[in-house]
Amino acid sequence: MSAGTLTSASTGQPPTAARRRRGPKRPGGGSPLVYGLALVVVALTVGPVLYGVLGGFRSNAQLAETPAGLPSPWVLSNYSGVLTNPDFWRYTLNSTVIALVTTAIVVVFGMMAAYPLARYRFRGREQLFLVFVAGLLFPATVAIIPLFILITKDLQLGNTWWGVALPQAAFALPTTVIILRPFLQALPDELEEAALLDGASRVGFFWRILVPLSGPGMVTVGVLAFVGSWNAYLLPLLLLQGGMKTLPLGVADYSSEYSSDTAGVFAFTSLAMIPALVFFLAMQKRIVNGLQGAVKG
Amino acid sequence: MADDTTAPRGATVSPATSTTQAPVVGRATARPTARVAGGRRGPGPAWRKRAEIVFFVAPALLLFLFFVVWPIVKAVQFSLYRWKGFGPLVDFVGLRNYVSVLQNDVFTDALQHNLTIVVFSILIQLPLGLAIALLLNRRLWGQGVLRTIIFVPYVLAEVIAGVVWFQLLQPQYGVIDAVLGVVGLEGPPQGWLGTPDKAMIAVIAVLTWKYLGLAVILFLAGLQGVPEELYEASQLDGASWWQTQRRITIPLLGPTVRTWAFLSMIGSLQLFDMVWILTKGGPANATTTMVTFLVTEGTKRQNFGIASAASVILFVVALTFALLYQRFVMRRDTHDPAPRKKAHR
Repeated sequence: MSAGTLTSASTGQPPTAARRRRGPKRPGGGSPLVYGLALVVVALTVGPVLYGVLGGFRSNAQLAETPAGLPSPWVLSNYSGVLTNPDFWRYTLNSTVIALVTTAIVVVFGMMAAYPLARYRFRGREQLFLVFVAGLLFPATVAIIPLFILITKDLQLGNTWWGVALPQAAFALPTTVIILRPFLQALPDELEEAALLDGASRVGFFWRILVPLSGPGMVTVGVLAFVGSWNAYLLPLLLLQGGMKTLPLGVADYSSEYSSDTAGVFAFTSLAMIPALVFFLAMQKRIVNGLQGAVKG
Repeated sequence: MADDTTAPRGATVSPATSTTQAPVVGRATARPTARVAGGRRGPGPAWRKRAEIVFFVAPALLLFLFFVVWPIVKAVQFSLYRWKGFGPLVDFVGLRNYVSVLQNDVFTDALQHNLTIVVFSILIQLPLGLAIALLLNRRLWGQGVLRTIIFVPYVLAEVIAGVVWFQLLQPQYGVIDAVLGVVGLEGPPQGWLGTPDKAMIAVIAVLTWKYLGLAVILFLAGLQGVPEELYEASQLDGASWWQTQRRITIPLLGPTVRTWAFLSMIGSLQLFDMVWILTKGGPANATTTMVTFLVTEGTKRQNFGIASAASVILFVVALTFALLYQRFVMRRDTHDPAPRKKAHR
């Protein structure tokens, strides 16, 4: 996904400006066959998720007897067990803090870096930008072993929020700079000229005009960074132990520890999905628009 | 990656086309030329502008150099030593780690698995994603909801989706076997994840489920860019729905499809989370990927030299893919801006 946003650099237009055009002339309409196919697709897509959620309301005996059945009676103890499990809340807290710190660093540093790259003229600007672009070619997986050593041994940040958030932010920065630069470039020069005539410094222009106007762009990169950090697995897996684990690690642990308690695993997993799903539904337009910006040349 | 048909104002080098020879320049090169003629005039003297640039760029650049570039440099260095993670780097072995990685059947299998996943991801998701996108591009009741729903798997963490699927694929309680039994395909229990020749099928199926939504959303985005006039014209000419799709829609979707295929390939080469959750690379290494291999070597066996060599090989493979793909497939998009520009208005 991170590389996908690269192309938005070339649109010269903020990704969020991607318009939906649903004109009246779209071909075809909805025949029963089309709706039928759509329903099949939907069922296959959400079926597994829904099955997991419902599975959490069943007992293991029910699951074993009729794997494809509905809860009868509905069992609430699985969910209440998870909700009263302090580990679950600790993992959620860790995930939240790490994702928020990552997002904050990415948005602040990304905006700052994108500003001169977009609106200053200086020798080496394009080369400097290319350093960030090249970052897209460096997957975090390649650097994972040295990163692990750097963070645990050299920085002593092994089992900490910062130890995960800082490298995650670093790996999210290329995408961020690449998305934000055309966004900042697209703002009209007249705006800047007017501000400078009025006696603003370039820094003042950045704070008072550019930052407020870049809200949509910052939200897009923020959402991407947040989701990426929230869902991350490999780096937290290597760096975090015990009570410092994030939700994905917690889910994986719980599932292997209580693998025979299928209903319990379903309940734990379903609850762990909720934050991401709620966040997604709230930010859906942004995520989709961000991705659309990525391919709308 | 590169369909920069509408280069942003002021961008002298288009980012995507020049990724290939990206020179690594330090912060020092961020030297401003004092007041370019006709350029942006700014308040204050040149040194101040220079200080501003450094102030703005430095935090991001330092973080990036420290946590991204430096570890990769270290990976190359580690790959030349036999090193267990403690003590100084003294046991220089040259390229021997590379030789032993490339001679390791587990790694060569892993490479093969990655390539298999690359191929099948594209072969399965491209036609399916295209079909669903064309389907959802019609005017349908509840279209927005449909699009949201199909994107749900992509939003879930791979780990969380993987855990659910792990349960669904279980031999005893798994619902997949039950469903297949009802449909009459095969009787349970199959033990999808426990049988070497079936585990890869299961992994690919789950990956398809997870990432199909991304393909659909991207293709739908591409379809939004097809100018309405073309549809009107084809309707006037009496073209059937299928003719319209085949002659107009699908060709115009080319750049989007190529971008998506690129993302899919790079992602498939770096696959880790899902495999780790579903099979840990097993059974009998039937589903190892390059990343599960290097994680196992690095963290379980503390063979940092071997793991680093594997990661450098992964990097080289991914880079080669990226460059060849840019050169031979996506170049068309950079040099043929005509059809897409129009969509932009």
